[in-house]
Amino acid sequence: MSVLVYVQNFGGKLKKQNFELASYASKIAEAMGTDVAGITIGEIDNEELQKLSKYGVSKLLKAGDPSFNTRINKIYTQIVEQAVEAAGADVVVFPNTNAGKAVAPRLSVRLKAGYVPGVTELPSSYDPFIVSKGVFTGKAFANVKVNTSVKIVSLMINTFGVFEKETDLVIEDFAPQIDTTGVTSKVIDKKLSKEGLSLFDADIVVSGGRGMKSPDNWKPLEELAEVLGAALACSRPVSDEGWRSHEEHVGQTGKIIAPNLYIAVGISGAIQHIAGVSGAKCIVALNNDSDAPIFQVADYGILDDAHKVLPKLVEAFREFKKE
Amino acid sequence: MKLLVCISNVPDTTTKVRFKDNNTLFDDNGVQWVINPWDELALTRAVELKDDSSSPVSEVHVINVGTAVTEPTLRKCLAIGADKAFRIDLDPKDSYSTAVQIAEFVKDKDYRFIINGISSGDYNGSSVGGMIAELTDLSSVSSVSNIRFENNEPILERDVASGKEYIATSGTTVLIVQKGFAIEPKIPNMRGIMTARSKPLEVIPSVDAEPLVEYIDFRLPEPKGKVKMIESDNLDELVRLLSTEAKVL
Ligand SMILES: Cc1cc2nc3c(=O)[nH]c(=O)nc-3n(C[C@H](O)[C@H](O)[C@H](O)COP(=O)(O)OP(=O)(O)OC[C@H]3O[C@@H](n4cnc5c(N)ncnc54)[C@H](O)[C@@H]3O)c2cc1C
Ligand SMILES: Nc1ncnc2c1ncn2[C@@H]1O[C@H](COP(=O)(O)O)[C@@H](O)[C@H]1O
Repeated sequence: MSVLVYVQNFGGKLKKQNFELASYASKIAEAMGTDVAGITIGEIDNEELQKLSKYGVSKLLKAGDPSFNTRINKIYTQIVEQAVEAAGADVVVFPNTNAGKAVAPRLSVRLKAGYVPGVTELPSSYDPFIVSKGVFTGKAFANVKVNTSVKIVSLMINTFGVFEKETDLVIEDFAPQIDTTGVTSKVIDKKLSKEGLSLFDADIVVSGGRGMKSPDNWKPLEELAEVLGAALACSRPVSDEGWRSHEEHVGQTGKIIAPNLYIAVGISGAIQHIAGVSGAKCIVALNNDSDAPIFQVADYGILDDAHKVLPKLVEAFREFKKE
Repeated sequence: MKLLVCISNVPDTTTKVRFKDNNTLFDDNGVQWVINPWDELALTRAVELKDDSSSPVSEVHVINVGTAVTEPTLRKCLAIGADKAFRIDLDPKDSYSTAVQIAEFVKDKDYRFIINGISSGDYNGSSVGGMIAELTDLSSVSSVSNIRFENNEPILERDVASGKEYIATSGTTVLIVQKGFAIEPKIPNMRGIMTARSKPLEVIPSVDAEPLVEYIDFRLPEPKGKVKMIESDNLDELVRLLSTEAKVL
């Protein structure tokens, strides 16, 4: 018996989300009276992997063959399947990121294991196994029961938190048997983007909407983000208009994020926008229309012209950071 | 080259979600059904490719696993430009039992791509595409944000944590598409709506498939407390509250 955590490899590095996921797996293992094993795929230093020992992972299977550096869903699924077997796992925990979404459903079919995507908390019961997940794009939650012997869940990043638990971690090289028949896709080129703070990992997100009026007005938002160590986001029309990159679009049809603090400037708060940020622990809205729906979901509101208030807001946070 | 777009029929995004029967069932009373937004974008791009004479795409089919309630949604797909629609007659209970139906259907067909959205707006499974691929033992490419053709060969663009990857494929491949695949959904024009009436919509019986998970009950999130308004000349107060009350700084 064990809990297997999928340790996403970010080009040889781990991120905060890996530690959050390990913490989540570790709490499940504790409740079940068992240990956490991890599987990581592609090249990554053991020194980097040792960081997981702080979060309750006691064994790590490292499928480190460089040929695995690029994700081919069909191959990754086989690797994790064999790791499940090697670790004797009953519960498999993925991140609800693109990487997790690519492999978990395939694994579910391969193992005939029920899969609950997008969970935000620990299971409420282990026998029967019942866990809650978001449904209707953040408008409700469902309790889902898994009847199969192996259970797969994927955790919404940033909803659970990071919990330390010192453990002795053993790293084992793992050489799975891969059947490549039927692998018909091949990566032929790559384009690396500049390494900024990922929206998914950011504790604080500063976001601008159409109320910013023009792409030339983003300077104070960028300053605000810099002062707070925050990532930048935007509403859909802003990215559709090409004011900001599509990478920054949050909402139902963009990224779904759950930062601790979300600062929405000149964003009306349409339901499709809120679908992407309703997991935020705290929302601050700056808008000059008291009827804007964003004020119904915000914790703190400022009713005024963004262009007037933003420079003062940057100053106020800068002062706070100095103290 | 034939494309199949998998269509999920979901409540309009502005629907006020309610439950019935002791919170065990979604209350669909008065609900306006729409094409799942991702699938609408997938279909938009598929039809665009078909209409572009320089691309080898010649036919676009759509498929839905659902009851007769979903037929207006399938008709809309035909109006947007799909050539043929299939409905597998089953009220789906989970992603797995849905995927089994589509996997069974595509077995003896020659689609170049089986296209799925990243998530459906009801149960947010992000599963059906990957499951179809595993059930049929096909390759799947996920996080696809663009498709273009070079010398009649499709090249896919995939978003990964470090940037973008470009992927070549051969044979039938399952795609899971997301933002960027198309930007604005195509609105059916009058002619599309008229011709949709005479296009084929075939109903197919379902095959047996045991669900792997069971939705027991639902709940709505705790209502938010009232927003605290802060004067714009008192921003130090906001900073103080964020730091000491909300504890997020
Ligand atoms: C299927 C579907 C999916 C969608 N998905 C998404 C999605 O993923 N993400 C998303 O964001 N949207 C999405 N939308 C669009 C959504 O419905 C809204 O149209 C959009 O979120 C509005 O963006 P906005 O708030 O920036 O702009 P607007 O609605 O134009 O709001 C601008 C706001 O700025 C305020 N403002 C104006 N001037 C000032 C000023 N000087 N100072 C302060 N405030 C000012 C205004 O009062 C207003 O509230 C989707 C829509 C559909 C139909
Ligand atoms: N009932 C269904 N019929 C056909 N396709 C579906 C159905 N449910 C989901 N899909 C497809 O699978 C994608 C992901 O859905 P899901 O896994 O339910 O989040 C959707 O965007 C559709 O392309």
